[in-house]
Parts: sequence; C-alpha cells; structure tokens
Amino acid sequence: MADAVEVKELEHVVIRFSGDSGDGMQLAGNMFSTVSATVGNDICTFPDYPADIRAPQGSLTGVSGFQVHVGADRVYTPGDECDVLVAMNAAALKTQYRYCKPTACIIIDTDSFGPKDLEKAQFATDDYLAEMGIRNDVIACPITQMVKDCLADSGMDNKAVLKCRNMFALGLVCWLFNRDITIAFNMLREKFARKPEVAEANIKVIQAGYDYGHNTHASVANTYRIESKQVRPGRYMDITGNKATAYGFVAAAEKAGLKLYLGSYPITPATDVLHELSKHKSLGVITVQCEDEISGAASAVGAAFGGALAVTSTSGPGICLKSEAMNLAVIMELPVVILDVQRGGPATGLPTKSEQTDLLQCLFGRNGESPMPVLAATSPTNCFDMAYAACKMALEHMTPVVLMTDAFIANGSAAWRLPDMDEYPEIKPPYVPEEMLGTWTPYTRTADGSRYWAVPGRKGFEHVLGGLEKDSRTGAISTNPENHDLMTHLRQQKIANIEVPDLVVEGCAADADLLIVGFGGTYGHLHSAMEELNAKGLRVAQAHFSYINPLPRNTAEVMRRYKRVVVAEQNMGQLAAYLRMRIDGFAPLQFNQVKGQPFVVSELVEAFEKMVRE
Amino acid sequence: MTANDYKKGQPRWCPGCGDHFFLGALHKALAEIGVEPQNIAVISGIGCSSRLPHYMATYGMNTIHGRAAAIATGCKVVRPDLDVWQVSGDGDGLAIGGNHFIHANRRNIDLNMILLNNHIYGLTKGQYSPTSPRGFVSKSSPYGTVEDPFRPAELCFGARGRFFARCVATDAPGTIEVLKAAQAHKGASVTEVLQNCVIFNNGCWDAVYTPQGRKANAIYLRHGEKMLFGENNEYGIVQSGFNVRVAKIGEDCTMDDVLVHDAHCEDNTLQLKLAEMEWPIALGVIRDVEAPTYDASVAAQIEEVKAKKPYHTFAQLLETNDIWEVKG
Repeated sequence: MADAVEVKELEHVVIRFSGDSGDGMQLAGNMFSTVSATVGNDICTFPDYPADIRAPQGSLTGVSGFQVHVGADRVYTPGDECDVLVAMNAAALKTQYRYCKPTACIIIDTDSFGPKDLEKAQFATDDYLAEMGIRNDVIACPITQMVKDCLADSGMDNKAVLKCRNMFALGLVCWLFNRDITIAFNMLREKFARKPEVAEANIKVIQAGYDYGHNTHASVANTYRIESKQVRPGRYMDITGNKATAYGFVAAAEKAGLKLYLGSYPITPATDVLHELSKHKSLGVITVQCEDEISGAASAVGAAFGGALAVTSTSGPGICLKSEAMNLAVIMELPVVILDVQRGGPATGLPTKSEQTDLLQCLFGRNGESPMPVLAATSPTNCFDMAYAACKMALEHMTPVVLMTDAFIANGSAAWRLPDMDEYPEIKPPYVPEEMLGTWTPYTRTADGSRYWAVPGRKGFEHVLGGLEKDSRTGAISTNPENHDLMTHLRQQKIANIEVPDLVVEGCAADADLLIVGFGGTYGHLHSAMEELNAKGLRVAQAHFSYINPLPRNTAEVMRRYKRVVVAEQNMGQLAAYLRMRIDGFAPLQFNQVKGQPFVVSELVEAFEKMVRE
Repeated sequence: MTANDYKKGQPRWCPGCGDHFFLGALHKALAEIGVEPQNIAVISGIGCSSRLPHYMATYGMNTIHGRAAAIATGCKVVRPDLDVWQVSGDGDGLAIGGNHFIHANRRNIDLNMILLNNHIYGLTKGQYSPTSPRGFVSKSSPYGTVEDPFRPAELCFGARGRFFARCVATDAPGTIEVLKAAQAHKGASVTEVLQNCVIFNNGCWDAVYTPQGRKANAIYLRHGEKMLFGENNEYGIVQSGFNVRVAKIGEDCTMDDVLVHDAHCEDNTLQLKLAEMEWPIALGVIRDVEAPTYDASVAAQIEEVKAKKPYHTFAQLLETNDIWEVKG
C-alpha cells in the first residue's frame, strides 16, 4: 500500500501547530522549521501565544499556536492561512480553524475531544466537525493513547508521557512532508544531552508518529515534498528577531572593542533579549535586571558615561518611562541604544501581540527639541544588521538611537546565513585625541558635529555633563538665549547630517502605478503583496523604510516619482503623518490596520488592487 | 593631593547654605583619601545640592530628578575601578528617587551615596519634602502636612543597607571622618548630612549646627567606644528593655552600664535605635557591615563563566547554535 501514496511537489506550504499552552506546540513548530531549513528550504515562523502563563487547561484562552511557512524559494511571511492545521485539543480546533485554507488538512488528537474537552471548548454538540462546518480532510487519530502505548515500558510517569504528544504530531507532519526525521533525532539528543532517557523517549514518539502516517496513510491521498531552490550557499541557523537583535549588540560591542551593558526590566515581548544577553557572560556581557524601566534607561546612560556600549531594551510602555533618561542622553550627547519591541497598546494593551503604534512616540515623545535617530528592523534576521547599525550610529555620532522591532519579527524566526564579521564596517567612536588636552571642552565638536567622548580615567579631561543646557564653547551651565538657540540647532543638525542608505525601490521601479510604502516588520507582507500584484500584471513597486530619522536623502524624490503612493502600516497613519510633515505637498493613500496580528497578504492585495484600478 | 585639586568653579548656592560647608569638607576628605580626580565620578540628580558636581574637578554628571542612584549604578557596574559618589537631596533621593535609593542599598553596589537632608524642597522654592515632620508648614502645606516623614536610616536599614553614617554640614572634622569611612566601605554607603536651608527652612538643625549645640545635643558614635556625650561626657547611652535611653553617669547608671558602639554588628536592631534617637542626635558611623558588593559579584561571575564556557568571541558564540550548511 505504501507506494500507492503519491508524492506531490509543492512550492511552499504553511503549517500551524496548535494546542494547549502546555502542549509544547512552540517546540514542535520550531523543530519542524529547523528540520525544513536544514534541508535548504526557506522558513518564516510566527509563534502566536496567549498572554496567560497557564490558562485553565483545555480552555479557549489557553490555546497556543505556532505557524511556519516553508518554501522552496524565498518566503517573506509566515503565510496568511495554513495548509495543515494540527489541533491537539478541542479548544485549539475551535479557535484555530479560522486560520485554515478551505483546502487545509486538519490533524486532531481524538483523545482530546471527549465530552469534557468539548464542553470546555464551548461546543454545543459532540459532532464538532459538523458544528463548525468543517468539510476538510481530517486526520483523526488517537494521539494520546498511541503515545501512552508507545511509552508504556519507558518507566515514565503519566505526566511525563503526555508531554511527548507534541512529538507524535511532529512525526506525523514530518511523514506528510517527507522530512528526514533523523535531523529531529539529532536535535533532541543535543537538547537533552544530559537527560538521554528523555531524548530517547521523544525520539521513539516521533518515530511512532511517522510510522503511523506511513502505515495507515493517515487517510490522505498524497504526501508532499518541498524542494530546495535556495541559491546562496553558506552556513545557516534558525534565529528569532529577539535573538538576532541580541547578537547584533554583542557583535557591535566586539567590533568597537567595548564592554556591552544592558540595563533592562522584564517586559513582553522584549524580555528574550535580556534572557539571551544574560547567558553570554563568557563574552563579558553585563546585564542588570533593574528595579524599573526608568532605571534600565538611566543605568544605561551611566554605563555610557563610563565608556561602555550601553543598551536598554523594552516595549512601548517602557519607552513611556524611559523617555526622560533618553532625553538626558540627547542633551548629554552620550551613545545609548534603546530597543523598542513594539506590542499592542495603548497602556498595557495587547502584550503578546504586534503593532507599529510607537513610531511617533519614539520620534517625538520627549520634552523640548529632542532629535533622536530612529531605525526599524524589517525581519527576524534583519534585526541583527539593524542592531549593529544602531550601535554603530550611536557610538560614532554620540547620540541615543532607537531601534524599533515588533512582537511579530521579534518572536518570529527565519533561516539566517551566519555573518562574516570581517564584512561588517568598523565602529570608531570619536574619542577625544590626547593632543586636544588643554583646548578641549565637553562640547567641542568633530567635523561632522559630534561631541568627543572623554571617558573617565583620562587625566586632564575631567568634565561635568548634565541635563541643563550648556555653553557651546565652555561646557558650563548657560541660560543665554543665543547659546540655547545655537545648541538646539547643533543637536538637530548633528542628527540630520548622519548618512543613511538611500531608499531602494523594488518591483516596477520605473513605471509603477502604485508605490507601496511601509516601515519595519511589515516588509515581508508588503513584499509578498507586491509580488502577487506584479504576477497579476499590475505595475506596483515597493519602498520600505529602515531608517526613519534621519530619512534617506532620496525620500522626497522617491515619494514624488509615482502618481499613487500608499503608506501601509499597523497603526492609524503615523508614518504617513511623519512623511507629510517632512515632504511638502505629499498626500499618500493609506492602509491602516491595528488588529495586533500581522497583515494578511490577500487583504493587502485586494486593497492595493482597488487603489491601482481606481 | 590637596583640597584644591578637587575644587572647581564658584558655587552658586545661597550665602550661608549648608551645601557650601559640605562641599568644603568633601574636597578635604577627597584630598585625604587621595584617589586622583580622573578616577572619580560624582553623579547627582536635580535640586540645590545636586549642583555639587559642577564644583568638582572630577568627572561628573548633574542628571535628572531622582535618577542619580540608577545612573551611578550603570557607571559603577561597567567601571568598578572608578570611585563613584552619588549626591542627592531629601527630595531627589527619597521622594522621586526613593525606588532607586532602596534598590541601590539592597543590591549593595559600591556607591558613596550622600543624602543632604534639610527637610525642604529649596530649588522649587519651599515645599515640604518626604523628610519634613508631620504638621510641617510650607508653601504646599499652609495648614501643616498630614503625613509622616521617612527616617532615612530606617529606610536604609529596611532596604538592607550595610552602611549608614550621619554628620552635620558645618562640622568639618565630623563630616570628613564619616566621608572617609563611607569611601573605605565596600558596598553601598549612605551618609546623611544634616544641612540647613537658610531661605526656606532656616534653623532646621539648630540643635546641632554649632559646636556648643553638638556638645549638648549630639553624640559621636565610634565603633568600639563607649557611647558618651555632654559638656564633660557626663551622659551615656544605656540599654532599657528593648530600647536605649540616656542616663547620667553616677546618678542613673554606672560607667559599666554604658553601651559600647558596635557598628559592625550584622543585626541592625540596636543601630536603628541609635539612629532614631531624638536626643541626643547620633552622629558618626552608625552601621558599617561588610557584605559581597554587586559590582564585584558581577565581575566575579563573568570571570567564573569565562573559565567554564568555551566560547569567548562572537564567532565562537555563533558555533554554539544548530547550524546547517547549504552547498553551492
């Protein structure tokens, strides 16, 4: 029978693993992603987890999901809807079915669809499929029982046995997509190097899941294969945006020859950066879990004064609290990187969900004239490059720099080609040269308008900085009106002078009828939308901002080049407002959505198509 | 080194302000300690007393309201080699900066924290502060406050502070003595400086502001010495149940009854009683207990992990991940 199952080639596929918070869906999803990436597919993942740590078991609010988009060629998003849904319990099916394509195949654990499970998931009848109008292919298998049988002789207790259910689902999905499960075995043996019995139990269950598919054909007509067309050879790893950001900071500190300091306070979805950096003491990284967000930023200012590469990490609510210390770094002209992993707001808002609603806060949310560079990463892997760029900019221009990411790219992961650090530019802070001893004052400036860095310990360069306005020549406190006007201009000009890469136009750059504009983490969705529109024969181009302050020099020229421009963002129009302010007469169309979820490519395509045809 | 090596500029505090006296004593204390100016950072918040770094020939920052302890923490943890002084008033340190004050003490980072206490907000022109006594009349409490003050020693001890000293701004020898002890102490040290605001709260420390006043109303506590005070040391501090009291030697008690000061005692019960006496007011080093410091522990942990983990560069860190190769 086995050879009767046809193997179909696919260009790309979206799989969503879902279950109770405690079911290990994130791990199963991550492992499938890595197995796929290891054979050369491109991947883009999106963990969608609840804010509750442990919602009541089996409840609708406790469902945790992990979506991965696997492609033969490049994939830019985790996919709008899934081709395969794994639902480990009734609540997962109830809440996650809406992410399915009409043709999606659904895998369920029938042992978790008992009367109590159905009641918790608020099903009215026991014919849950009919109740939800599901007519898809359903692989209904008693996963729990099979895992119990599989591990009956393992000596493990019931609780430990049930924890392996996710691996059965993983094995089954690996069979469906003809994945090499030995890659997963190796991962487990490495992960549980100190608990080989746990590794072997999990491996046994993966094999059982795989064999179940193979032996029964799991009532499907086909299995699938996604070939690899990835062109760029090299060594790769799977990395989340938060980890890539942390790595960017480490790499920049090493390049600059500085200690890395992180002052932080736990906040979703930024905390993983604190976790990651706290691990790397063997590289000399200093992390302080501060008493509050304020102290996180304030201590970073102190660390910068002390001569370290100083970083503080947070999300939007934390930026509110840090803004005073960020402003202090503006007037003292000290290098500090402020990471804002955006989440849904206002106030506590949607802590685990993603938005782009902090842009104007980062640009302008401080008292006084307070110019500050603002950068935004576009994808999980791009977080590394942008973190590096933010550090370089802060250190070389003696300024605080905001790096914006968001929950979507911070938690999402993608295959990352390991960087060769020799290819990255040097980082050279403007240390005050020894020959300036005697003539130097704290606000003496370099040719590009930066203050010099005089780190404590150097004799003859003792000086006092502070939050009060200073005389441009002597560095003493000054309330002189002309001096304040001059210093305000000097600070503004210093930031305006920073060189940033030009805006790149992709797609039909020469003759687009519509230019799609966005910033930060929406790049992938907007790019996919553009590709789909181009495939339909529509003349559409894309320009995406990573550098928001200062804007790329060619911004106005690009925005004016096309007769229709749409600014698409996950807020009420903050980038559009900013561009209108900076470009005379600019009146873009807008696409705004604030759902806490990533854009849906099909919705973008529909909206943009309408704009082109109007 | 001389006091002049630490001096800079012309202080702009009101004539007669206690800050002038304290600044002079600090310059002298630093000269006696001898750490060179380039290896000192003086970090303040906002307020009259927070102008102090501008009058120091050291590195320094006059930062934002309440955050000096947090900023100093970042500086010290990346630069344990620096001698870091943090200067605040009672508003800066205990109101807006109260959270950082307690956590710097709890964490036991090696900062020399100076608390210039005059029971008033001076720079904003005369509002009550978190150390103003109940019923205190000020511009923002014309009918008297209806709240109780913090007692700095109690707050410090409650935050597990290991060093607390007190001095009077006008008492240069007493101030220099405690500043030297504070600097020598490894870990967070709090020195409360009783300091008069001539404009908005004149006379707040009259009882101890002159040498005669201190003879009559203050006791200098020194580790290992009997707790004696008065014109002719005729009074002593003796134990009374769970409390302490003043006794006249030869009348209420014998010399043997007089307590000997133990600043190094881990248990702060008696030290708290001493710190909170209203008569006499306790001066000197009231508590001085050694404990692991945060900055040294951070540095030690880094060395420990470096010795244990095989990766020390970014390139090596990358290799700790699951990596696969895509061949061309």
